[in-house]
Amino acid sequence: MSVYESPLREALILGDDKNYSKITDDIVRNTEGKPPLRWWIAFVIASATALFGVFCLAWTVWYGIGVWGLNKTVDWAWDITNFVWWIGIGHAGTLISAVLLLFRQKWRTGINRAAEAMTIFAVICAGLFPIFHMGRVWMAFFIFPYPNTRGPLWVNFTSPLLWDVFAISTYFTVSLLFWYSGLMPDFATIRDRAKTARRKMIYNVLSFGWMGTAKQWQRFESLSLVLAGLSTPLVLSVHTIVSFDFATSVIPGWHTTIFPPYFVAGAIFSGFAMVQTLMLITRKLFSLEDYITTAHLESMNKVIVLTGSIVGVAYITELVIAWYSGYLYEQYAFYNRALGPYKWAYISMMTCNVLSPQVFWFKKIRTSVFWSFVLSIFVNVGMWFERFVIIVTSLHRDFLPSSWNYFTPTWVDMGIYVGTIGIFFTLFLLFARTFPVIAIAEVKAIFRSSSEVSRAQMSAPLDFSDAHHADDHGHAAGGAHASIQHNKNFNEQ
Amino acid sequence: MSASSLDYNKFVVGLYDHEATLLKAIKKIRSNGVEIHDALSPFPVHGIDPLLGLKESRIHTAGFFFGMTGTTVGLSLITFIAKFNYPMIVGGKPYWAIPSYIPVIFEMTVLYAAVGMVLTYLIRNKLWPGRVPRIFDKRTTDHLFALTFAIDEKSEADINKIKSLLNDTGAIEVNTKEFHDTDEPLS
Repeated sequence: MSVYESPLREALILGDDKNYSKITDDIVRNTEGKPPLRWWIAFVIASATALFGVFCLAWTVWYGIGVWGLNKTVDWAWDITNFVWWIGIGHAGTLISAVLLLFRQKWRTGINRAAEAMTIFAVICAGLFPIFHMGRVWMAFFIFPYPNTRGPLWVNFTSPLLWDVFAISTYFTVSLLFWYSGLMPDFATIRDRAKTARRKMIYNVLSFGWMGTAKQWQRFESLSLVLAGLSTPLVLSVHTIVSFDFATSVIPGWHTTIFPPYFVAGAIFSGFAMVQTLMLITRKLFSLEDYITTAHLESMNKVIVLTGSIVGVAYITELVIAWYSGYLYEQYAFYNRALGPYKWAYISMMTCNVLSPQVFWFKKIRTSVFWSFVLSIFVNVGMWFERFVIIVTSLHRDFLPSSWNYFTPTWVDMGIYVGTIGIFFTLFLLFARTFPVIAIAEVKAIFRSSSEVSRAQMSAPLDFSDAHHADDHGHAAGGAHASIQHNKNFNEQ
Repeated sequence: MSASSLDYNKFVVGLYDHEATLLKAIKKIRSNGVEIHDALSPFPVHGIDPLLGLKESRIHTAGFFFGMTGTTVGLSLITFIAKFNYPMIVGGKPYWAIPSYIPVIFEMTVLYAAVGMVLTYLIRNKLWPGRVPRIFDKRTTDHLFALTFAIDEKSEADINKIKSLLNDTGAIEVNTKEFHDTDEPLS
């Protein structure tokens, strides 16, 4: 509130009628009353898709993973593709809430809550794939090291697959804690305006009995900062470890040192695209255009074009290094990737990931809601193809030409994938109806510096003869700065 | 600043509608020798801690020690398993192949630090599911800022002094709030 911000920056909270209660109203309104019809339509579609996914998972467990399109040569395909895709999507949430917090980017406050929710739901979807690929799902707990009667037989700590277990479960836990610690004060806000006793009781339980005392807020800020500091290396480590699943193997096309940074950039890229998709839907569905503004969309599009270009450079580097290595198998892997039977997937990937985001160099497109939405879908599709290309094209022609094969997914493969999208949107819709989709307290905290209301007040105080301010605060010499800090009338309607 | 609001039952609550007014009020009230019980706000107000005389939170120090615990547990667990309990050669590496243990140890560090710190936070802030807080004014989670003063042991003159200080410093409302154990929760 007392931080000076250049009036040249776009306001992050629009509307000249905004004040603290209006912010509460606008955000909490979506959790009150009956859900609108369009919510029900979206919910029915999403949950029906989710149920079909559950059916396909049950089918897989009942008949075994033979019902998937995997074969002896391509023994990893859609399952790991989808796993990496979902994990990557999740990364944007942590990036927005943690990395942007460390960089003091105020625009994160409009989107961090929903982006963190997205992280959690995406990790849930991601986790399903390796668990169900195990075949005997009921033995999934074998992946954790625990004293047992089988020897004891321990897990292999030198395997990247086990690192994944630790990375993903830590990532899920920490993201959940970070998200929930931020939610408590906002649940208290909902509690204190609840009309019925039942609602009051439920939201009080959810808020853990939050009061908002000075000491609570002090610890809150300290906790957020340290959790952000922990989440930042964590999120980088998670996708690094995911890339190790491939990079530490000796398969040409996977055995690449560029994988960790390239995967992390790709994760941010796809994650921001998914945040963009979700935010564009959310702001429309819940009329939150004043909080998720064009400035927010533009910032996200800038991140998309940056990371998209990094990914593009990585693709080309891979090709160049494969050629430069002078290693026949490596060269063939990349020749086959770009020009072999999966050429169509490679072209889709290149078009969606490298070419399409480049249009964001134009401000007109960057700030257009329509094009942001279209391109966010392109990037989501492109990043799915990236993982498919890396995984399947590297495997399908292995060292022995007699075992060369072509992978085609079955209906079960597709059903599970579509099903996880259903699960994701079901969870997101439930979240959007019952939880505050925007971090209320954090938005209020930037209201004095970054709202349209404060901008209007900021330009006025440059007038030194303003007697009201001078009398009121005895700060006339302080000019603009003093008035920004101490204008009493901001909140009066 | 008193440790627990449960030590007192009667309070004067002054409500402000702007954080800048609140900060100036705290300064003035404290310079008049009146003890502020607590301040409530809908979001963290920057610069309030030194004015209220709050010490810096030590939660990050706790986080460091939890993290170190995680590192130690991770390293000793893997060492015990891979070197002593179940030594096995994987990929021609030594039993105790420390570089390949770094990812797991790092994740353990982060996990312990985060979980430990959040638990500390909940315990120190007295937050748990089902806890029924004392609500001084419902609007403090919406748009108002409150200063509370415990008046159980205060004389009429002291109370009047508090009230007039609140009014002088721009409080939009000054109320008295009494809590009884028989109160309806959350009412």
